[in-house]
Amino acid sequence: MNDMFKDPMVLRQIIMDHDKYPRNRELVKDDNYLRKHMASDSCIDDIEVQALIKDDKIKDIRFDGVACTIATASTSIMSELLIGKTLVEAKEIIQNYRDMIDEKQYDEELLDEAVAFQNVGKQANRIHCATIGWDAIEYLMKESEK
Amino acid sequence: MKIDAIRKDFPMFKNKSKKGYDLIYFDNAATTFKPMKVIEAVNEYYTKYSVNAHRGDYELSYKVDTLYESVRDTVASFINCDRKEVVFVSGTSAALNQIAFGFGQNQLKPGDVVLSDEAEHASNYLPWQHACETTGATLEFIELDEHGYVTIETFKKAIHSGVKIVSIAHVTNVLGCVLDIKEISRIAHEHGAIVVVDGAQSTPHMPVDVRDLDCDFFAFSAHKLCGPTGTGVLYGKYELLEAMEPLMLGGGSNARYDMCGNLLMKDPPYKFESGTPAIEATLGMKAAIEYIQEIGLEKIHEYESELRAYMLKRMKELDNVIIYNEDSDSGIITFNIKNVFSQDAATYFSDKGISLRSGQHCAKLLMNFLDTPSTLRASLYFYNTKEEIDYFIDVCSQINPDSFLDVFF
Repeated sequence: MNDMFKDPMVLRQIIMDHDKYPRNRELVKDDNYLRKHMASDSCIDDIEVQALIKDDKIKDIRFDGVACTIATASTSIMSELLIGKTLVEAKEIIQNYRDMIDEKQYDEELLDEAVAFQNVGKQANRIHCATIGWDAIEYLMKESEK
Repeated sequence: MKIDAIRKDFPMFKNKSKKGYDLIYFDNAATTFKPMKVIEAVNEYYTKYSVNAHRGDYELSYKVDTLYESVRDTVASFINCDRKEVVFVSGTSAALNQIAFGFGQNQLKPGDVVLSDEAEHASNYLPWQHACETTGATLEFIELDEHGYVTIETFKKAIHSGVKIVSIAHVTNVLGCVLDIKEISRIAHEHGAIVVVDGAQSTPHMPVDVRDLDCDFFAFSAHKLCGPTGTGVLYGKYELLEAMEPLMLGGGSNARYDMCGNLLMKDPPYKFESGTPAIEATLGMKAAIEYIQEIGLEKIHEYESELRAYMLKRMKELDNVIIYNEDSDSGIITFNIKNVFSQDAATYFSDKGISLRSGQHCAKLLMNFLDTPSTLRASLYFYNTKEEIDYFIDVCSQINPDSFLDVFF
């Protein structure tokens, strides 16, 4: 694993950076994109995620909405990580991300910057913030396979 | 007030947070801690009585019935009404729904107006929106002043002869605006409208006299005044209770019925009380009311005002805090930490043992007015202390865009 990712300061910078400058945070008007609105019942997070999935490959992911730092940064990182991946590759990454959140064994290499959320599980009430975008893309991947 | 002695009555204060901090509970607008007397009253019901009320002729049932009905007297003296005007409900939401569906929906006609405002809790807005939709009545809003408060002046501008029902909070749950209900009732009655008051945030904190307020309906929850969850009170002037239809039918509320479709309901309050109630909670509510009456609502109000003034003064010394309701007169302080999303700040507070609320506080319309997606809300009660506030201020001063992620590392 990238040794830099062992430094809490670096992990913190990753989250701050993705919160301040979220990647792929702009929705498109294109009917080829699947879309999923995610609104938490218990908190403010309210985002829409779009995905362009073709030939079993994630060509593009976009999102927008009102969300806390953890939700914004985790969705931004998810989008960077999964764009260009096949559905099979994406599923493996998502599974490893969930394992990390659940404090189980996971493959750090696959998660890259997403390892910044390795301690979210310790603040149990924030798990849904760290997974809201991931839940959305997983839903859209299933939709694309229908 | 002897705060140290009072705090000893509350077993919750013996608990610590996961990291070992003392519990600092600033979410009293959501619900409150319970004193031992309330817990004992609940426990006593299950250990000594256990049986249903209004049902059997046996010794235990008679005892439960007597105890249960005595709570009506306690409530009647607490808010100054007649015992038969006290309807037991599951809480303020149930009361407001009962009024909107059982009274509003029957009385409103196309063209009638229900008057409310954008600062209301969802449970005093959504039922009225529904009642208006189904009857062809219109829901109108009292304009909020520059602070987000309803005032007598803004109310006067909004009321007109088409208004049949005014539904409004005595104290709003986000900004803690205290409304002069007596004056509202006077003006509304002049226009021929009845007044429904959401008393959830006022009853625990100040003396309430429904006859003096002259409102037509009034609702509050036990759990916000140190009582158990799942019980509360709907007060209504008796002739209005008679005119109101029950939301639920079933055992306990009817006098007799037959197979030809004839149904004779009991008189109020019983016609609204179908099904087995939360008996233990209702007995616990009695203990809670007696507990806060013993301390004294005036004293409670005075002490909370003092705490609030102190907290505001200290918060204003910090340069990373935005306060949204400086001028209100309740134990609610609504604020944000500059450049930190409310939920991220709340997690930081939580990590240091401080419980407070982030979000929209069930008043989604108000957030447009405040021009922020969400806020933090600290709400005080008589068992909070200046020492807790000092610690809170210390934690507050630590939160900034660089530090709030500390809790994750």
